[in-house]
This record gives sequence, C-alpha cells and structure tokens, in this order.
Amino acid sequence: MTSAEKYATAAYAVVLAVVLLYVVLYAFKLSRLQREVAELAELAARRKADTDAGEPDREPERVA
Amino acid sequence: MLALAGVVLLVTGVVMAFYWVPMAPGEGFRQRIFYIHVPVALTAYACFAWGAWKALRLLWKREERYDLESYTAVHMGTIFGVLTLVTGSIWARTSWGVWWSWGDRQLVLFLILFLFYCAYFMLRYAVEPGPRRERLSAVYALLGVVLIPVSFLAIRLAESLIHPTVFTRDVNENLTSSQLGTFIVCLAGTLCLAGALYQIELTGKRLDRQLRELRRALA
Amino acid sequence: MTYLQDVAVLTRKDLLLELRARETVPAMLLFVVSALVVFHFVVPSDLSEETERIVSGGLLWVAIVLTAILGLTRAFAAERDEGLLDGLVMAPCDRSAIWLAKTLSVIAFLLLAEIIALPAFALFFTSVDAATVGAVLLANVGIAAVGSLLAAIAAASRTRELLLPLLFLPLAIPIVVGGVGATAADDPSRYLWFLGLYDAIFAIISWASFEYVVTE
Repeated sequence: MTSAEKYATAAYAVVLAVVLLYVVLYAFKLSRLQREVAELAELAARRKADTDAGEPDREPERVA
Repeated sequence: MLALAGVVLLVTGVVMAFYWVPMAPGEGFRQRIFYIHVPVALTAYACFAWGAWKALRLLWKREERYDLESYTAVHMGTIFGVLTLVTGSIWARTSWGVWWSWGDRQLVLFLILFLFYCAYFMLRYAVEPGPRRERLSAVYALLGVVLIPVSFLAIRLAESLIHPTVFTRDVNENLTSSQLGTFIVCLAGTLCLAGALYQIELTGKRLDRQLRELRRALA
Repeated sequence: MTYLQDVAVLTRKDLLLELRARETVPAMLLFVVSALVVFHFVVPSDLSEETERIVSGGLLWVAIVLTAILGLTRAFAAERDEGLLDGLVMAPCDRSAIWLAKTLSVIAFLLLAEIIALPAFALFFTSVDAATVGAVLLANVGIAAVGSLLAAIAAASRTRELLLPLLFLPLAIPIVVGGVGATAADDPSRYLWFLGLYDAIFAIISWASFEYVVTE
C-alpha cells in the first residue's frame, strides 16, 4: 500500500473505530440497565409480597 | 430504520469512495479522505444545530424532554467534531506532511468549537440537575451555534494578519458527477449514523431517568 | 419604573458598591500592568516593525481579556454571596435590565483599567493609535455583554471561578482577532466592523437569554 492509501484508510478506520467504541460502551451501559431493572423488579416483587394484597403498585412516572 | 439505512449507505459510500470513484487528478488516493472528512464535519454542524433547535424549544415550551434531546445532540456533535479534527489532521498529514495546519480554516473552527462544547459539558457537570441546569445548558447551546459563523469570520480575518501557512489542496472546484454521487451517499450515510447513535443514546438516557424514578418510587 | 430607570438604579448600585469596596478595579489595574510586564520578557527585541506590532498588539489583547476575566469573576460575586440575586430577580423589573446594568458596570470597570493599561502599553511597547482605542472601546462592549451572561451562568454552578474562563475564552477568540487586527493591520476598518458585528450579535442574544439564566 502506498503511504497515501495508508493514510486514507486510517481516516476511515478511525471513524469506524470510534463508532465501534461507542457501541461497546453502550453495550456496557445496557447490561448495567438490565441489572438495575432486574434489581428493581425483585424489589417490586418483594414489596408486593410484603404488603397486603390490597395495596396497589405505584405506577412509574411516564416520561415523555 | 435509521441504523439500517446508515449502515447500507455508509458501506456503499465507502466502497464507492475506495473503488468506484476515479482517481482525482493531482491529488491521488489521499483525496478520498474528503469523502469521510467533510460528511463527518457537516454532520457535526447538523448535530450542533439540532441541539440548538432543541434548546430553543426548551426555552420556549419548557418541556423537560427537550433537555435530554438537546444534550444528546450536543454530545453527538462533539463526538463527530472530534472525528472531524482527527480525520482533518490525517488529511493534513498526508497532504502537507504536518499533523496540524492553522491555515485549514475548517480545522481551526472545529478546534474552537471543541473547546466551546467541552465547556458545555463542564457546565452540565457543575450544576445540579433540574430546570436550572436545563435552561443554562440551552442558553449555552444557542450561544454555540451563533459562535460558528462568527468564529469562521474571525478565522478568515485572522489569516490576513498572522499569515499562517495556507496550504492549498489541488482540488478541482467542481466535483465530477461520480465524485458528487459518492459524496452524497457518504453524507447521507454519516447523517443516518449520527441519527441512529442519537436515538440509541437518547433511549439510554431516558431509560436511566425512568429507572431512577422507579427506584425512588419503590424505595 | 421604566426600563431605563431600572437599569440606571442597578448600574448605580454596582458602581457605588465598587466605589466603597474598592476591590475589583484596583486588582484589575494591578493585574493588567503586571501582565504587560511579564509579556515584555516574552518579546524578543530584534523583530521587524510589522512583526513587533502584531506580537505586542496580540499581547495587549491577551492582557485585556485576562483582566476582563478577573473582573467578570467578581461580577455577580456580591449578589451571590449575599443571596441578593434572588431578591433582584423577584424585583418587579425586566430581568434583562439586570443584564444591561451589569454590562454597563463591567464596561466602566474595564474602562478604568484601560485608562492605565493603554498608557502602560504605550510606555512598554509601541504607541497606541486611534484604531486601537476604537477597538478597545468596541471590545469592551462585547466582553461585557457576553461576560455578564456567562458570569450569571457560572454563578449558578458549583465551580464558579473555574467555570467562567472556560466558558468565556472560546467566545473571546473573535474579540481577540478583531482587536489585534485593528491594532496591527494596515487597514483596521475591517476589524473594527467585525468587532461591531460581534457586539451587536452577542449583545442581542445575551440580552434576550439572560432572563432564562437567572430565573430559578
């Protein structure tokens, strides 16, 4: 590869790398969110079991 | 969906840029960086403009969701801004042998914008979350978008004063149709990519917030 | 009370406060002269006249911008420390009047600092011509206009004095370009026009958006 080709490829590679890095970071974030949801689901289930059957679950606030 | 469109467009664009477009006279292979550098730069501008638009909506309507949208757009713009600086630097290196050129107006402009929007994030981290922070961020995002043309003018004016070594690229001003076609495909692809990443990040941030509220509701 | 009367009252308050406390302006004066002295040691003496004009002109403007940051950091300090900003905001006046008053007082402080700074510069470096003075006057407006807005933004943050320079410097770059151009170029009119344009654009946007920055 000539040096010009190397640099040109490097430019595109950098863009690709950054995008992939972003995806990786988001994968981490998603797994964290998953964990939190599981935690909160367990918390909610426990709450429901502890309290009387009559008490209604709190509706999570809707975010636009 | 956007991500799919982005992938298809970008892959096509890159293939076109590498294989299909005929070699640019005088410049050689390195001219092809143009097809990723300029779309990324234009996308960054678009993101900042989008962020400013959402900021304006926030100040106008005061609906909370605009804050996240504005913030995410600015974040996207900053990421693409960094990419612009990096690809621009590589292009400078391969065109003129230097990693940085003060004569490249777009590059200098992006450096200034990078500084400005880094300060945006410092501002966000320094203020407690809430309507106050939303408004401060929105005003600052608007300032940024006004700064873009003013800075560009300043850079042009400065050139006649400090005479940075203005290298020129042997670029044929009028793009041939195949070059234009490749450029448009790449631009569309980059915009779709930015849009897709924007939606992903926005969803992530919204989920974050909903989870926090859920947690508070259950605690 | 009319808008202008509100502005006059607020400006008078700021100026009187400074007159009594005598904190900000003396500090700015000392700082700008010290900065110029430091800069002397940076400029080699064997420069061509044109280069020397640009270099020393540039340093003058760096000194002005840094001094302005010093002054701006104090702009809302009194209000913040005494919790007066909430009172001001609740006052039955257009919030932007607060911005205008603050801008006018910052311009006053800058003028006082420059009355010393420009002669000092003429003494240490090269003479100061009309274009430079014009540029300084125009730049004062731009610095004060944007600076007051940013100072209010920074005052609302935890990091305050740290944040203001970060917010201000990128916006100050066009001012520096305009100023140095007017000081050093053969044809300063372009740069003076540019400074005027900057002032107009950013004054309007600061005036319009100040209200959103200062309300709770």
